Amino acid sequence: MSVNMNLNDDALQHETEPKGAIINGNKPIDQLEAANRFILAQAHEKMHDNRLWDLRKKRDAQMHLIPEWEELRQLASDIKEHTLEHLAYYLEIFEKNAKANGIHVYWAIDAEECNAIAIKIMKDHKTRTLVKSKSMLGEECGLRHAVEKEGIIVIETDLGERIQQLDNEDPSHVVVPAVHKSRTDVSRVFTKTLNAQAGNNDIHYLAETQRETNRPYILKAEAGMTGGNFLVAETGAVVVCTNEGNADLSANTPKLHIVTVGIEKVIPKLEHLAVFIRLLSRSALGSPITQYTSYFRGPRQQGGEMHVILVDNTRSTRLADKQFKAGLKCIRCGACMNTCPVFRRSGGLSYGSTYAGPIGLILSPGYNKHKFRNLPFASTLNGSCANVCPVKINIHEQIFTWRVVLAEKGELSFTKRVMMQAAGKILAHPSLYRAAISNADRALKYLPHFLVYNNLNTWGRQRDLPFTPKETFHSWYERNYMKKGKVHE
Amino acid sequence: MKVGLFIPCYMDALEPEVGVSTLKLLERFNLDITYPFDQTCCGQLMTNTGCQKEAAATEALFVKNFAYFDYIVMPSGSCTHQVRANFTAIEQTEDVKHVRRNTYDLVEFLHDIIRVDAFPWASFPYKVAIHYNCNALRGLRHASMSELREPYFSKPKDLLKKVRGVEFVDLERPDECCGFGGTFSVFEEGVSAKMGQDKVIDQYKSGAEYVVSADSSCLMHQKGCAQRMKLPLKYVHIVQILNGDLQ
Amino acid sequence: MSNRDLILNRIRHACTVEYVELSSVPFFHQKNLDILDKFKKVFTEMGGEWLDKDLKNPLKAVNDKLASAKNICSVVSEVKGNYEITSQSSPNSLHDIDFAVVRASFGVAETGSICLTEKDLVVNTLGYLPQHLIVLLDPKEIVENLHDAYARPEWKIYHYAALHSGPSATADIEGVLIRGAQGVRSLSLLLF
Repeated sequence: MSVNMNLNDDALQHETEPKGAIINGNKPIDQLEAANRFILAQAHEKMHDNRLWDLRKKRDAQMHLIPEWEELRQLASDIKEHTLEHLAYYLEIFEKNAKANGIHVYWAIDAEECNAIAIKIMKDHKTRTLVKSKSMLGEECGLRHAVEKEGIIVIETDLGERIQQLDNEDPSHVVVPAVHKSRTDVSRVFTKTLNAQAGNNDIHYLAETQRETNRPYILKAEAGMTGGNFLVAETGAVVVCTNEGNADLSANTPKLHIVTVGIEKVIPKLEHLAVFIRLLSRSALGSPITQYTSYFRGPRQQGGEMHVILVDNTRSTRLADKQFKAGLKCIRCGACMNTCPVFRRSGGLSYGSTYAGPIGLILSPGYNKHKFRNLPFASTLNGSCANVCPVKINIHEQIFTWRVVLAEKGELSFTKRVMMQAAGKILAHPSLYRAAISNADRALKYLPHFLVYNNLNTWGRQRDLPFTPKETFHSWYERNYMKKGKVHE
Repeated sequence: MKVGLFIPCYMDALEPEVGVSTLKLLERFNLDITYPFDQTCCGQLMTNTGCQKEAAATEALFVKNFAYFDYIVMPSGSCTHQVRANFTAIEQTEDVKHVRRNTYDLVEFLHDIIRVDAFPWASFPYKVAIHYNCNALRGLRHASMSELREPYFSKPKDLLKKVRGVEFVDLERPDECCGFGGTFSVFEEGVSAKMGQDKVIDQYKSGAEYVVSADSSCLMHQKGCAQRMKLPLKYVHIVQILNGDLQ
Repeated sequence: MSNRDLILNRIRHACTVEYVELSSVPFFHQKNLDILDKFKKVFTEMGGEWLDKDLKNPLKAVNDKLASAKNICSVVSEVKGNYEITSQSSPNSLHDIDFAVVRASFGVAETGSICLTEKDLVVNTLGYLPQHLIVLLDPKEIVENLHDAYARPEWKIYHYAALHSGPSATADIEGVLIRGAQGVRSLSLLLF
């Protein structure tokens, strides 16, 4: 038996960390190749699967404590749909109110513009150090790298994100960025970059090391940056949720607070915020709320400055696409990743995209159909993702629709295309189909191609082949029923 | 009541005995059952790969074969879901709509349409773990889903409770996908096999002697994994128990 | 055309539905809920330390905690500190405070949260840079759930307010819970 049912912690700490997808320009990401390497690192894969499944279980437990859970999900979905239908209206209200509170508001068409605006604000304030709270939009825009290129030191303040920054890796999960790493992996990174004791993989020690090495940067930084989980139009406020309080530290310590946020994050009113806050952390981590739910309605009274950059970066295009528009409802809770059996066994970095897992399968091809053409196939279409989604995005249906769109756009792999053309022809013609599977010998020869869909080696590498029976149902029926005169049209 | 029987392609070729059980079981209820001879496949293979154009003729053939029945019944939740939810590659004529509306998976047909209240001929004194095919579970709603806050129900369990002796065991991850996923099982072989291995380990740890499902496709995959791992689990389609074939 | 107008035009082009007002969100109040009991339970679950009120000396639990502390910054009249700040204090100067004592505007039973506004904190970083935070809360100011919380006036008055639910925490390494990730290492609360 090749599968180890009881991998222990020792194995995990001695196993080399699996790395993510190989990125090669615009070439299609081979998610499966990276996933296979992840699975080969058996102890890492098992830890990853167990940790995320544990989050899923905690989410379920929270759900069972809230009688109105499904009603809240429906409300959240309705509010998001309503807001997206009237997005321009609410963005203008947000802008008006934010400005009235003293916030500077900017609009960026794409990632490049977002980065340029942020850099200009920082340069105008003679920024040498930026302390940054985790933001998926920032990841999407490659903001950290752009800012670093300008000679500004950027410090990620979220522990997981900081680990990933120091390891020169993208976050592997929207909520737990270093979920794929063992404590020994983290210890190696910290030894190399933070001068931590070599070989000390005590988790308290590692967390403390990051706290103590980050703190001086937080105290001296000229600028702080956060993303935004929600924008409340009614009050012109930015809401940020963290467990570490690092958004509050980043925004409140330096004089300058810059927010980069996607335009889809706006919601109408405070009463709507309550619905989302009730759902967000319960869905993400199975806790009732994040430790900190922070509300920035304007600059600090004493000499603070607050700048909000509203970023489009393909969102308005997606909004016009009826098939995929619902992806804009996403609140980045990561519940779909936690529940996804493929994600748990592949690791987030295997997707080679800012957005991984189920939500990544439907968002990523919207940014680049060619590069991410394989992602919608990294799913069994099991539908668990849509069920845990707090805003009821029809994720699995969109994965399915992406396959259709990609096939239409000629973005199917050669193997898939040729195989489907052959299968489509044979399955549409009873005589061809019967010929293909008419007896056991022939069945053995043809079945793999048309029913098991591929060659025997692929099926049989880790699974025994199905037993091939003497006759098909069809010929059994013919033998037993047709002779009795029960012939049908 | 004219009932058309559809036997999925993989079952036709690899699990013909499940087809036989299905026909025999349905015959017990005095239905007018016909097995249209020119049937092939539901087209899910092409549809799930995004190949609408390639799926169209297969869908059209299916409709041609089954348009004249009051009910179309098949021992597969997954194929039923394909017909009901995804037959969109062809023009939606009255025949197509009729077929899509009246196609039922065997479990639904027994539970909701003819409402069988007993299987007196069947007994199955074993520990059984139920496997829900994802399309049957989340598409057809064979049972309540662990992700939602909803009252518990399970149509396959309701039916099996009417069989003498069946003892149910619970899985740690009751409705986690097993990784078959049609073409996923070969196109994404590494992840598929890993999911299958984890699934059968969960089944093994539950103390199950048999794993029962309304879909043979998932079972072929799980059986392949379990055999390779030398786990003493047996895999049967629900109809084989309901028809009393295994005693 | 400015970026702003370009983006807004694209959005308007994509959205063609007539405006319909959203129906208001219910408060989802539970029947027979002991709000104080629920608050205490969830506050503790979130990692908060519950300080029991001594009948004779209500602030005893707070003063006990502060007994051996070096730098104590209290911005409540009931507790005396040794570290003065004003609204003009520089935010990063608060880094050497061991204990901060503040009064929360209100609490939320559903999530065990307390709301600290810029007024409560005097300097916003007082909620984050000190090593430990002690919070006083008037039990009359505990609302049932987040729907009640966001109906409060604070959100329309202040430029900054945050719900704190336990201390700073992380489980980013192997899912092991660590308190005091970046902000305060402990959050204690006395109803007073």
